Amino acid sequence: MNEELKVPTMAEYMAEGKQPEILFWVGSAGSYDDRAKKITKAFVKILNKANVDFAVLGTEESNTGDLAKRAGNEFLFQMQAMMNIEVLNAYEIKRIVTCDPHSFNCIKNEYPSLGGNYDVVHHTQYIKELISSGRLTLEGKTYKGKRITFHDPCYLGRANNEYNAPRDVLKETNANLVEMKRHKSTALCCGAGGAQMFKEPEKGNMDINILRTQDALETKPDIIATGCPYCNTMMSDGVKFNEKEDSIKVLDVAELIANS
Amino acid sequence: MEFIPNILFAIILILGIGYFTRNVRKLIRNIKLGKAVDTSDNKKERWKNMMRIALGQSKMVTRPIAGMLHVVVYIGFIIINIEVLEIIIDGLFGTHRIGLKVLPESVYGFLIGSFEILAVLVIVAVIAFWLRRNVIKLKRFLSAEMKGWPKNDGNIILYFEVVLMCLFLVMNATDTPFQDMGHGNVISQFIAPWFEGISETALHTIERTAWWLHIIGILVFLNYLYFSKHLHIILAFPNTYYGSVEPKGKFNNLEAVTNEVKLMMDPNADPFAAAPEGAEDEVPEKFGASDVMDLNQIQLLNAYTCTECGRCTSACPANLTGKKLSPRKIMMDTRDRLEEVGKNIDANKGEFKDDGKQLLGDYITHEELWACTTCNACVEECPVSINPLSIIVDMRRYLVMEQSAAPMELNNMMTNIENNGAPWPYNQMDRLNWVKEE
Repeated sequence: MNEELKVPTMAEYMAEGKQPEILFWVGSAGSYDDRAKKITKAFVKILNKANVDFAVLGTEESNTGDLAKRAGNEFLFQMQAMMNIEVLNAYEIKRIVTCDPHSFNCIKNEYPSLGGNYDVVHHTQYIKELISSGRLTLEGKTYKGKRITFHDPCYLGRANNEYNAPRDVLKETNANLVEMKRHKSTALCCGAGGAQMFKEPEKGNMDINILRTQDALETKPDIIATGCPYCNTMMSDGVKFNEKEDSIKVLDVAELIANS
Repeated sequence: MEFIPNILFAIILILGIGYFTRNVRKLIRNIKLGKAVDTSDNKKERWKNMMRIALGQSKMVTRPIAGMLHVVVYIGFIIINIEVLEIIIDGLFGTHRIGLKVLPESVYGFLIGSFEILAVLVIVAVIAFWLRRNVIKLKRFLSAEMKGWPKNDGNIILYFEVVLMCLFLVMNATDTPFQDMGHGNVISQFIAPWFEGISETALHTIERTAWWLHIIGILVFLNYLYFSKHLHIILAFPNTYYGSVEPKGKFNNLEAVTNEVKLMMDPNADPFAAAPEGAEDEVPEKFGASDVMDLNQIQLLNAYTCTECGRCTSACPANLTGKKLSPRKIMMDTRDRLEEVGKNIDANKGEFKDDGKQLLGDYITHEELWACTTCNACVEECPVSINPLSIIVDMRRYLVMEQSAAPMELNNMMTNIENNGAPWPYNQMDRLNWVKEE
């Protein structure tokens, strides 16, 4: 990823008196987590390649409050939400794209009643749009014939009934898509949701990500595809636990498309 | 003297329905202990959900074996109960098979014949259910919360159903005129020979006994419902109607919190202003839920609707990896506590007297609540639109906002969000650094 990334901010757009097509909501993981930053960059690469007129909030973006809400801290959630909504509304944002299903769900479903009404799409949905409108074309060589299994993020799948966009997009890589026994609405959580990412699991006989990784390994994949930065971390840890990190890659849909 | 059976029948019927009505009222009163929810929206979609999920059993068949068996028992239950109508009329007016008086023999025969076939299918399905619970030992029927009464409850219902179906078949087999008619005795004609050689009086007595036991059995079963997990045969309908019509990921925003946050963020707000008239009553006593009265009426209806099938628990990632959390147990605990509160109210002349107990801690532990990944697998699985997740979240809200009792790591995470807008201790000003990093 050595090419220069063009990442304009809303403040810059505002100064020029312009409005972008979309706001790219980077999210906390996408901004600070080392692994997730790669996903962010891959998505920006796609946006640049498709000549999408986009902007980020940059330092004006703050955590959506989703984590706090799932943990039960409604106060903190609403404070975060209202601060973000103030910024978004000031910039008259209409459309938001994000690589994080948790931000996607939160802004799409939980911001409206607090005054934030936007058309929110997940990056896999947006990539699908770019491909079907012809703005983004892929060579489709890099992953041709590779076995890819897609792990459904809970907050994209069950929470918002989006199962097809990531699969449709992955088909464009000409890879061989294989499904785990638990997929789509019966997909098993990676174990990170509900703020679990930030705490030790309760006592049990196994970690959830290990169980989910077993599901994935049963499909004998070359690549485990994800659509969520937290799922990515959990599945990567699961693959490492099984000492398979040399033969099996865990990659976000954005990364797979950026390389195709 | 000849009216005695009719009077007896009427008394039994009134007692049976009367006691049931009394318990239904109690059930409604208990549900109303919860907070009211506005469900006047999306009427069309709600009706559709009820038709599709409850009446149409659409979510039962996602697990084909249990689903198909259930459909058989369900159809059998509904259709065979048409026969109860005839029994009630016969019982009250001293007629015998009134259906024959109003319907042509062939139509009546077709109806009873279908009931008989369904009765046999129900017996087969119920035996399969019994085997699944007691011999095959499916994991979801062996969880910790399924020991004792819940296990017996499940079996009692199955025995009930077998007995009722057998009584129905025996009643038909020993009804000589019905057998002679030769219409509709598709199954009972094979049972009739077992009674050959018995005197006509004895045969008639057996027929009458089976008839009486059948209707008494049905009334007992009706009244058993309130004390059993089996209430779902009625409550599945309202429960699917009132079930959420929103995306599963959407958690409700607490309005009381919104008001406070708005006040906090409003630079013109006067922190010393007196509360407006009547506002004291609007402020809730607490945020989140620590007992059943803090939950809403739909959540309490959910608890009564749960039939403890355990599909939720068998899909729960926390439960699958050996954690204590079981969404089914959340629902069972909620109902048990609600019943306890209801009995407390009954014993104290309509007023709840503090019993030093609550749902949180005495029934549901912190450990269970914190093990949830909010993945919605339980909600997705439930064949009757129960939402265990919403109860878990409401209780977490109580723990965090009223007791500051979140696990330490989560408190750290939340402090970070509060201070620098990210769950990690990074500077807000560094949020765009990723652009420049290699």
